[in-house]
Amino acid sequence: MSQAFRINIGGLVNREKELSFKFNGKSYFGYEGDTLASALLANGVHLVGRSFKYHRPRGFFGAGVDEPYAIVQLYRNGETEPNVKATEQELFEGLEAKSVNCWPSVNFDIGAINNFLKIFLPAGFYYKTFMWPKSFWYRIYEPFIRKAAGLGVASTKHDNERYEHKYEYCDLLIAGSGPSGLASAYAAAKNGAKVILAEDKPRFGGSLLTSDVNIGNQSGKDWAEGIITELKTMPNVVVKNRSQIFGYYDHNMLVMSEKVSDHLPATKKYHPNKRLWYIRAKEVLISSGSIERPIVFGNNDTPGVMLSSAAKEYLKVYGVLVGRKPLVFTNNDSGYETAIEFKKNGVDSIVLDSRKNPESEIIDEAKNLGINIKNSYVVVAAQGYKKVKSADIAKISEDKKQLGEIENIQCDCICVSGFWTPTIHLASQSGNKTKFKEEIDAFVPGQSKQNEITLGAANGVFSLDETLKTSFKAGSELSKKITENDNKIAIPNVVEKKSSQHDKFWCVPLPKGKNYKRFLDFQNDVAVSDVEIALREGYRSIEHVKRYTTLGMATDQGKTSNLNGLQLVSEIENKVVPAVGHTTFRPPYTPVSIGAIVGREVGKHSKPTRKSPMHEWHEKNNAIFVDAGVWLRPRYYKRGNENLFEASKREAKNVRTNVGVCDVTTLGKIDIKGPDAAELLNRVYTNAWLKLPVGKARYGVMLREDGIVMDDGTTTRISENHYHMTTTTAQAANVLSHLEYYLQLVWPELNVNVVSTTEQWAGAAIAGPKSRDLLQKLFPNSDVSNEGLPFMGYMEGDLFGVKARIFRISFSGELAYEVNVESDYGNFMWKKIMEVGEEFKIQPYGTEALSTLRIEMGHVAGSELDGRTIPYDNALEGLVSKKKDFIGKRSLKRSAFTAQNRQRIVGVVPLDKQTSIPEGSHLVKDDKAALPNPKLGHISASCWSVEYDNPFSLAILKDGKNMIGQKLFAMSPLKNKVIPVEIVSSHYVDPKGERVRS
Amino acid sequence: MLYINCPHCGMRSQNEFSYGGDASVKRPKLNKEVSDQEWDDFVYNRKSLRGKHLELWQHISGCRQWIKVERDTATHEIFRTFKADEEVA
Repeated sequence: MSQAFRINIGGLVNREKELSFKFNGKSYFGYEGDTLASALLANGVHLVGRSFKYHRPRGFFGAGVDEPYAIVQLYRNGETEPNVKATEQELFEGLEAKSVNCWPSVNFDIGAINNFLKIFLPAGFYYKTFMWPKSFWYRIYEPFIRKAAGLGVASTKHDNERYEHKYEYCDLLIAGSGPSGLASAYAAAKNGAKVILAEDKPRFGGSLLTSDVNIGNQSGKDWAEGIITELKTMPNVVVKNRSQIFGYYDHNMLVMSEKVSDHLPATKKYHPNKRLWYIRAKEVLISSGSIERPIVFGNNDTPGVMLSSAAKEYLKVYGVLVGRKPLVFTNNDSGYETAIEFKKNGVDSIVLDSRKNPESEIIDEAKNLGINIKNSYVVVAAQGYKKVKSADIAKISEDKKQLGEIENIQCDCICVSGFWTPTIHLASQSGNKTKFKEEIDAFVPGQSKQNEITLGAANGVFSLDETLKTSFKAGSELSKKITENDNKIAIPNVVEKKSSQHDKFWCVPLPKGKNYKRFLDFQNDVAVSDVEIALREGYRSIEHVKRYTTLGMATDQGKTSNLNGLQLVSEIENKVVPAVGHTTFRPPYTPVSIGAIVGREVGKHSKPTRKSPMHEWHEKNNAIFVDAGVWLRPRYYKRGNENLFEASKREAKNVRTNVGVCDVTTLGKIDIKGPDAAELLNRVYTNAWLKLPVGKARYGVMLREDGIVMDDGTTTRISENHYHMTTTTAQAANVLSHLEYYLQLVWPELNVNVVSTTEQWAGAAIAGPKSRDLLQKLFPNSDVSNEGLPFMGYMEGDLFGVKARIFRISFSGELAYEVNVESDYGNFMWKKIMEVGEEFKIQPYGTEALSTLRIEMGHVAGSELDGRTIPYDNALEGLVSKKKDFIGKRSLKRSAFTAQNRQRIVGVVPLDKQTSIPEGSHLVKDDKAALPNPKLGHISASCWSVEYDNPFSLAILKDGKNMIGQKLFAMSPLKNKVIPVEIVSSHYVDPKGERVRS
Repeated sequence: MLYINCPHCGMRSQNEFSYGGDASVKRPKLNKEVSDQEWDDFVYNRKSLRGKHLELWQHISGCRQWIKVERDTATHEIFRTFKADEEVA
């Protein structure tokens, strides 16, 4: 099919470049610069979808962001995107799209039966009908509704597109490149201000692209082109097309979605699909223009009924005729402009004007061109099913209540204009309290709340002359405040035709005996009758009416429907529109891809990955890694066909019999310096710190002020005023903030500095009965004997020329040491340990073996210090000083914390010595008790004891102290397990702690 | 996203900061006898004001200093910011 509705010359498309595309499987041609909508219309395609509720045929209603109908499923480069507006999607070679919300096809849609059942589908239908019986909801009603309603289908595949985020700061951010945007940007740019000018469409110029005006002796379009060309050359200006500012947030932060690749057949290499801009602007100029609103009449959703401004845009920008026998229905002069454009292209239209005797320069021009004008006439109903075939029209009385005799006239499209609604979304989002402007029957921004100003049509100013004057002034004054430059700009002469007052008329009454559907919200199928029902049923607040009827709740967010809805409510309620008020404008202004919001933080990149300096060695030696916070740690080192259980058992056993080495770089490390360092530690930890000698380490527990254990670790006194603190991997950042809080705010008199050194030191734990022999070989010049380096001792050593810190501390419960070297030498240290350790049968061990070793020793870790336990619960009350005060001490006096039957850590062994107990299992007295079975405690950590070769778990158990020897049940409904267990001491292996001191 | 004037670094976006609660809370002195009520007021009881509120923020991704921010909890307007040791009049 050729482009039968394309005029021979005119429009801004590139006729040199023909593009082929497919819609619903059928091939068509368009031109470069078309949208999918304009290309389809050029081919005479008006039927593009089915409506949401009644599945009525739907066509094109607008030409841009306001489009309620033309929503398609787009296929591009092997991927699919749902709910794309055909009026916004630019055409590219090979584009494929399909209609949504119709089955089996747009031409024959089974759901259209709803149209005949519409009496059963009024407002609130779902609420009323599907209430009962409850069990039917998810089995029958919901699947049915989901299939029948809904829009496009989201892809279930991984999205291979890239999305970027960008942060930007500027002096002036200007939203919209129409006359007011261009004038204010130009004035501000000339004053040297840093300006960002954003335009959501591909072409700059806004209304100047379609209006018949003259600025400074050139056409409006040429003037716009000149300004944009000059702005693009200025280093202090960023101009962005295809970029929608969709949200205005606190403190002048605006977010913009830039479509980088949507207009191309495929995203270019290294380019993102979309780029999300977070822009912090000193001043915001909102020049978002206005959207034409419809007049409501019978069957006003029939394909071929569209906004008159859209018809004009298709003609002037794309060179496409939306019909050859147009009927224009207007209550203001805009309809005449469309009729004049038709006439200039040799198409005769009929203009129906609801006004009695309007007079203006525009109307005079239409009359002079011989256009057929019928005053006090309205469209009563469109006729035709899949396309407008004719219109029922009638004279209307002056009070707009009585219709004259119905006449039927032939037409193939109805271009409707009910005057203009300023686009005030951004202003309203900023916190601006909007006000109703009587002269234009619409809301405009009121008092500014943030640094924002609204200009031109968005502010309800429709005269180009006035718009340019105020915009040049605003741009130069706001920029002058910032840059202190004051370049005077000559405001160009404007030639525009004066228009007359519009008619306060928005809805055609129903003729006697007819009950045509008169739609307010086209995307959500909300008709006049639905709002009437809602009000009859007692809904009063406009917010409630909105939610009950779904008026304005579709993806177009009611851009064409809100104001008419308010008019209707105010009329029925006998109130003025401002008394009804409008619903809240919330971001985003238009739908934004989830991908753009997520940006680059996808999958593995959703958080940073931290690796120890020895990571590469672990990788080469078959380490299987596990996420530990943002760190990657070896969980176990796989040998042959070993699984996790076998490998960790082997590694743990080797620690108990020979020697093992574990990468402990991830532990948090904080360097503490200053004369009051000991005093700080004494206040932060529950035990005493003032008398720790130089060269000694001590284990400490710190609490929150509410008495709950926050973290534990060892701190070593390196020299008189210098300490090295270690924290758990998970709490490292919190502990640093905690120390800074007390030093900066609570005890600023303490002379101490703290700094994180986690990444400065690489750490290796060497554990096992042969660890001392190994250490001696690593540090031949140091005395590492039990006397030279006793338990909890510290010394510095020389590791083959590298300075090392040696701590005799143990997490595994074995004789053990921790060696730290500067991170850059981590790999060297590790290799040396492995090399020298070979004769002692050294093996590396991962976090799984590490856990096994600490669990059977009864050492607590994150699973016990879970933000719900106090020192007593972890059998750490011996570390709580009775003499001194410390953070959280006062809370330990609370009655719940001192209760006799307080929970406490215990060991748990299954009676059969075979069945491993799932972590998280509940301990109960009676496994057959009625649900909910009273819980006595929970399993916090489980392992396979390598010492005794049977399962062993730790648990936090109510009255744990007196429960040793008791038999209980561990129940895990998740794993469907009930395991009879015995309660034992948490110190399962070496209860006296002899090994660490050996 | 809020725009906070760090008294040490200047205007920075909210995502560089972490929130630290009511800045008017004073910790009882160490070793001082405190009643249950006083201690509960310090640890738990907060007013959750609507309106002007003095609160703590830490510039964690910047200078790491704790600062005081006078902010309207309803409108997010920030009136003044202070260093940790500055007395707020």
